[in-house]
Amino acid sequence: MLLETLGWQSLVILVVFGVSLLIATYCTYAERVIAAFLQDRVGPDRAGPFGLAQPLADAVKLFTKEEFFPSGANKALFIFGPCLAMVTALMSSAVIPFGSFLKFGTTIVHLQGIEINVGMLYVFGIVSLGVYGVMIGGWASNNKFSLLGAIRAASQNISYELAMGLALIAVLMMSGSLSLRDITLQQSVPGEWHFWNIVKQPLGFIIFIVCAFAETNRTPFDLPECETELVAGYHTEYSSMKMGLYLFAEYVNVFVASAVMSVIYFGGFNFPFQYELREWLHSSRGLSLDAAQNIVAILGVVSVFAKIFLFIFFFMWVRWTLPRFRYDQLMRLGWTILIPLAIFNILLTGGLITTGIIPEIKQWW
Amino acid sequence: MQSLSNRAKKLEKKPMTLAERAYLPAIFQGLGITFRHFYRALAKKQITIRYPEETRPFSPVFRGLHVLKRDEQGRERCTACGLCAVACPAEAITMVAGERKKGEQNLYREEKYAVSYEINMLRCIFCGLCEEACPKAAIYLQADKMAPPRYERDEFIYGKDRLVEPVSPDNRSKRGIQLTPEQAEKLRGQTQPA
Repeated sequence: MLLETLGWQSLVILVVFGVSLLIATYCTYAERVIAAFLQDRVGPDRAGPFGLAQPLADAVKLFTKEEFFPSGANKALFIFGPCLAMVTALMSSAVIPFGSFLKFGTTIVHLQGIEINVGMLYVFGIVSLGVYGVMIGGWASNNKFSLLGAIRAASQNISYELAMGLALIAVLMMSGSLSLRDITLQQSVPGEWHFWNIVKQPLGFIIFIVCAFAETNRTPFDLPECETELVAGYHTEYSSMKMGLYLFAEYVNVFVASAVMSVIYFGGFNFPFQYELREWLHSSRGLSLDAAQNIVAILGVVSVFAKIFLFIFFFMWVRWTLPRFRYDQLMRLGWTILIPLAIFNILLTGGLITTGIIPEIKQWW
Repeated sequence: MQSLSNRAKKLEKKPMTLAERAYLPAIFQGLGITFRHFYRALAKKQITIRYPEETRPFSPVFRGLHVLKRDEQGRERCTACGLCAVACPAEAITMVAGERKKGEQNLYREEKYAVSYEINMLRCIFCGLCEEACPKAAIYLQADKMAPPRYERDEFIYGKDRLVEPVSPDNRSKRGIQLTPEQAEKLRGQTQPA
């Protein structure tokens, strides 16, 4: 029984891994098409129908390019940097619940890589490891621009992780659990009006999304690779697929950040009237309870991915709208605005919980 | 200094309002603008012309590659009078005149004709003055053909082989060249673009 569950679960992990990579691949395509459309251009449309084979063509190009090592670079660390960035980016999607569960007879398959009771903490830990990839790569390049980019990345990530964590604490105060599955399930209680956390935590969400932009090094906070000042920042010296890994890691990070935001603030795999739908399928359409549950679970997967794609689109949309912040503006925003706001949000949430305006969470599952 | 037009506006730097200092309203405004462009690109046809598949239509008064015309009986109209060469501001046209021999009446319209006629497309500015100068309506600048790029300088000097209008299949037979029906059909397709 245990082995059977493990077998299913490893399959789920493989699928999650593949899906993260696939989404990151097509993010490169989506970014170019969205950028083109926002600027009244056409974008890549030569490779395959609508240019859909463009990521493959890019990969072939990156693989066949020359492997370049700058003189005086620490070769081992130079290779290790992009690997670390990629590994940490891919690890964090393991705990994200992409759906409730499928039931085949006695087997229950949870649509989640691994369920751990400190899921949120795990994501945070892994994401903050990601900066080491950038740091090591920038340091090993033996280049001033790379080093400056790496230092910027480090200080920026540390600064914004604080505000991000504080914004999240308000959510954790309401949920009383670090498990991402618990947080998702709390956002929809059967038979009651349920609200996603965005309704209870609008301020926290704004702080979180701003920090997510900074954590993933995306515009308007892409100072680590600020090309007007630092050539290309930490990946100045990188070429071929090592460069590709850095770009890939960024897109995987965007995917993970979108997934975390949709799970924490937008109800994850919940969608309106899911329990009513399951009940209706069971009683009116004559489906077995298992089949009804499976259909609803699959629709839940669709809903969580719809939310994730919307957030990814938002990331790209913002990138082609806003100019880059100046470094002092970035630091001022992080330390003097976002952190005090996040602390205020914690106090506000605490007040609302003690006065009972935010109701107590029922452990209904 | 007194301004000349008196239209200069005096601007005062005002302290920013709370909405301005909060960034967010301005950011949403900007997002709205870019989304409008995104929607427009999705919903309507983009203005980009995807070149190999689509081509931009020529203007009706476009002046492109030259052609030396023939008359209705397929005889060359040019008499090598040299007026086009005189009119040419870029001095791109050179020609050598010759006398029509007996039995060549079906080839050349007048008694004098151009033995060689060359236009240097690198010098030509496609002004169309040769077309205006020609008394015999022999040279025209086509409205639908451009001088294509080439690799060698020599290739830009267009001789009679490339300038004279191809004979229509019916006229060819008059010149004693027998064409099979398929060849005639093929040539007609080449000379009369749809």
